[in-house]
Amino acid sequence: MTTTVLDDSAVPARPRGQWLKRRAKWLIILPPLLFLLVFFLIPFGFALTISFADTAVRVPPFTDILSVSPDWHIHLTLNLGNFKYLFSDEVYGLSYLYSLKTAFFSTLICLAIGYPMAYGIARTSKSTQSILLLIIILPFWTSFLLRVYALEGIIRETGLLNTALLWLGVIDHPLQIMRTTFAVYLGIIYSYLPFMVLPLFATLEKLDHSLLEAAADLGSPPWRAFLDVTLPLSIPGIIAGSMLVFIPAIGEFVIPTLLGGPDNLMIGRVLWDEFFGNRDWPVASAVAIAFLVLLVGPIAIYQHYNTKQLEA
Amino acid sequence: MENRISPFLVSSLCIGIAVLYIPILVLIGYSFNASALVSVWGGFSTSWYSELLHNDQILDAAWLSLKIGVVVSTGSVILGTLAAISLVRFKMFRGRLLLTGMVNAPLVMPEIITGITQLLLFVSMLHVIGWPHRGFTTIAIAHIAFCSAYVTVTVQSRLASADRSLEEAAMDLGSGPVRAFIDTTLPGIAPALASSWLLSFTLSLDDLVISSFVSGPGASTLPMVIFSKVKLGVSPDINALASLMICLVGACVLLAGYLMRRAERQRVLDAQMAER
Repeated sequence: MTTTVLDDSAVPARPRGQWLKRRAKWLIILPPLLFLLVFFLIPFGFALTISFADTAVRVPPFTDILSVSPDWHIHLTLNLGNFKYLFSDEVYGLSYLYSLKTAFFSTLICLAIGYPMAYGIARTSKSTQSILLLIIILPFWTSFLLRVYALEGIIRETGLLNTALLWLGVIDHPLQIMRTTFAVYLGIIYSYLPFMVLPLFATLEKLDHSLLEAAADLGSPPWRAFLDVTLPLSIPGIIAGSMLVFIPAIGEFVIPTLLGGPDNLMIGRVLWDEFFGNRDWPVASAVAIAFLVLLVGPIAIYQHYNTKQLEA
Repeated sequence: MENRISPFLVSSLCIGIAVLYIPILVLIGYSFNASALVSVWGGFSTSWYSELLHNDQILDAAWLSLKIGVVVSTGSVILGTLAAISLVRFKMFRGRLLLTGMVNAPLVMPEIITGITQLLLFVSMLHVIGWPHRGFTTIAIAHIAFCSAYVTVTVQSRLASADRSLEEAAMDLGSGPVRAFIDTTLPGIAPALASSWLLSFTLSLDDLVISSFVSGPGASTLPMVIFSKVKLGVSPDINALASLMICLVGACVLLAGYLMRRAERQRVLDAQMAER
């Protein structure tokens, strides 16, 4: 590479241009950097600060952490009560564990359904592939709210499923699916399946088929070749897809609220109620921060495998 | 490429796709049901659609959502593209790691956390500097923050695979770097920009959780109105509204996919021409 366009290293012959270029570069970098810094990253700092505040009857409804007294001393008031409260009231711990459990099993089921789908797409011809991918991507972009509402039309007491089963005489009275744990699982799997299929497809598509042929030539039966070759090579896709389902599923709010019963208390729902119901912003912030801390691990795993896949 | 696919794979693919689409198709079917009772088919009717046109609450929310969608997708494409250029073209700069992280994190961050943290920021900002008031502005800003991440990811991959020899040639012929970029590389990534505009529009139009947090009194987007109605129970006019939204989003996504595919085909053709 002799001349790279906007790089620092470009065209050594023009000192004025060089200076301009170095400045101009920041005109491109700074707007998105500053915007995301202020409106995405810094808000986490605010949540952290407010999680140490107390509730107060005023606007905004919490006390100041930093205050300046009349004699110009700065006071830092940290209130650990919110975090203590998270540990003392077992509803938070239980709902977090419940969310983890639900997200974990939903992810496993999504993987079991999504893997053969992704593998099937990867084995078709290029032109069929792009059509099938579009079919999978379409629901990926459609809102959860609308799709969950659509699912409700199938599984509610007077929905299509019960009507059909009653008509066929399979059951005598309608099945109660809404407001059950089963409905929550169904909702999560239905909503997040495309998130699993797309990254799996991305790895399976790159799979070198000569490896499978080599395995077959050496006498491996297809299932053996799959276990020895395909499965290990698709692990980055499995992890990326699983994290894409697992992480947002833990924080899911719409699905347990619309499809679940009172028992399906997931952390997203608790957070929402704390915020809009009890209007306790400091406790809600503390729940959010504690939740985030527990998510750092899975997010780091996802980022690691995602960058690896981008480099490959 | 082996073309023989086992029946197991074919059937799982068919079942998976059927599961994804049946509820949506049933919903669209119900929206044309003349009967207000959801379990009874009362004949074909478009009355629920015309009822939507007389519902001021829904019309106001739709207008707000569309306005926000246009502002958000335009803002996201500008910011997201700048971020993509920064990450692809400038290999080393202070804050590169930070930018990479901030571009990728919104894709996996649970919306409920993003929403609550952004609300706390807006409330504190309003308290200290008197801006922004919760409503249109705050929803638009919050949406741009996560939509621009999607734009960056889309544009980044397109930009990384773009051929830079034309741009270098333009520079050799005396164009400034910006001019050269606009004349040569920009047309190449234009389809990616157009499709990410459409995708940002659908993301903004669909968002419920973040909007609910950062919105203020009186500013309800379409998903917020739908959510409050759905919680109360099933109503046939929501069937019609949901069907309309799904069709609009579907049309945007199909158009975006079409643009990307056409551009890809053109790129392959150009590469073949160049080799000759």
